[in-house]
Amino acid sequence: MAAPDSSMPPPDPRLQRVVGNLLRFGVLLAAAVVLAGGIAYLARHGATIPDYRVFRGQPANLRSLGGIVRSALALDERGVVQLGLVLLIATPIARVAIAGVAFAFERDRTYVLVALLVLALLLKSLLG
Amino acid sequence: MNTLAFSGIVCAASFCAGFLGSLTGLGGGVVIVPLLTLVFGADIRYAIGASLVSIIATSSGAAAAYVKEGFTNIRIGMLLEIATTIGALVGASLVAVIPANVIAVIFGLVLLQSAYLASKHRPEHATANLAPDPVAARLRLDSTFPTDAGEVRYHVRHVPGGFALMWVAGVLSGLLGIGSGAVKVLAMDQVMLMPFKVSTATSNFMIGVTAAASAGIYLRRGYVVPGLAMPVMLGVLAGSMVGARLLFRMPVRKLRILFAVVIVALAIEMIYHGVAGEL
Repeated sequence: MAAPDSSMPPPDPRLQRVVGNLLRFGVLLAAAVVLAGGIAYLARHGATIPDYRVFRGQPANLRSLGGIVRSALALDERGVVQLGLVLLIATPIARVAIAGVAFAFERDRTYVLVALLVLALLLKSLLG
Repeated sequence: MNTLAFSGIVCAASFCAGFLGSLTGLGGGVVIVPLLTLVFGADIRYAIGASLVSIIATSSGAAAAYVKEGFTNIRIGMLLEIATTIGALVGASLVAVIPANVIAVIFGLVLLQSAYLASKHRPEHATANLAPDPVAARLRLDSTFPTDAGEVRYHVRHVPGGFALMWVAGVLSGLLGIGSGAVKVLAMDQVMLMPFKVSTATSNFMIGVTAAASAGIYLRRGYVVPGLAMPVMLGVLAGSMVGARLLFRMPVRKLRILFAVVIVALAIEMIYHGVAGEL
């Protein structure tokens, strides 16, 4: 069998460690924020009757990025939970950005473009 | 039932889904939407929103482990993420125009298809001695993966076909709030003829990004409710972490059959309620 050709460098173990740690850290941070907001939410609204049968959408301050950050800073429980969920959505986005930087270090122009395209699509979804 | 009890029960059920999903490798996300709609009576759009965020949580954890083991082909993953994210954006936009009943029927059919794919034994393709595919060579997709006998080389074929099927996987993920792992693996191991382990690891690597692409749209449309997403995300995440730890101490084969039966039952239930117009 042919030896691996030089155009395919082995995956950089440092990059893999960074990506792995980033994913783990992002998820745990997001889960901690969601848990904190969730406990506050249940302490305050635990006795109410939940109703998710009919779709009504959410108020604007729990939908837009700016609104979520503002209501989380005002320590609104639902805002804190949403902020945790935004952190969670941001974790794979950050992973794509880091991979893009790593491809740039390898001077792999094709894949820098690929990473930028995926990043643009993800940001378009989150920011509108 | 008040909010505290409701959250507790939803969290416990999500824990079981995450636990079984990670033990069996079938993913907990597929049962979350049927669970929330059929058992807890939630609107299907709220259910999909909660399911998507839980998928991002579990897949990021799983991807971290797989990347370390050296099975993941990061180039292929990134390239195909173009297809899955575009598909996810399309799928998430379709949710606003497709009636809930039709979504439920599509969901049921996709569940049945996934259960079928998971139960079938698929042949491995030895591609080491094939001439390199020009597209794969140009994009430098060929690589090696670790086996007991050392690194084995593989060639990737039919990149456009795999790309097209990945777009479909993205649409389904955005429309149904699932990871679409079954279709992603199908695109890689059957269309692109990649080794099964590489396909599975690369699929896991891509699921979080695909789900994030539709989750943004769901969030901005108001489909992500904090009161519902919170117990689901925490439950599924905790369940999948416990499942991953117990993987080697559990009767995985029996659990896989049990979970497949649950999936098929939920699929039939979704199709029935969708056709009867009860969702």
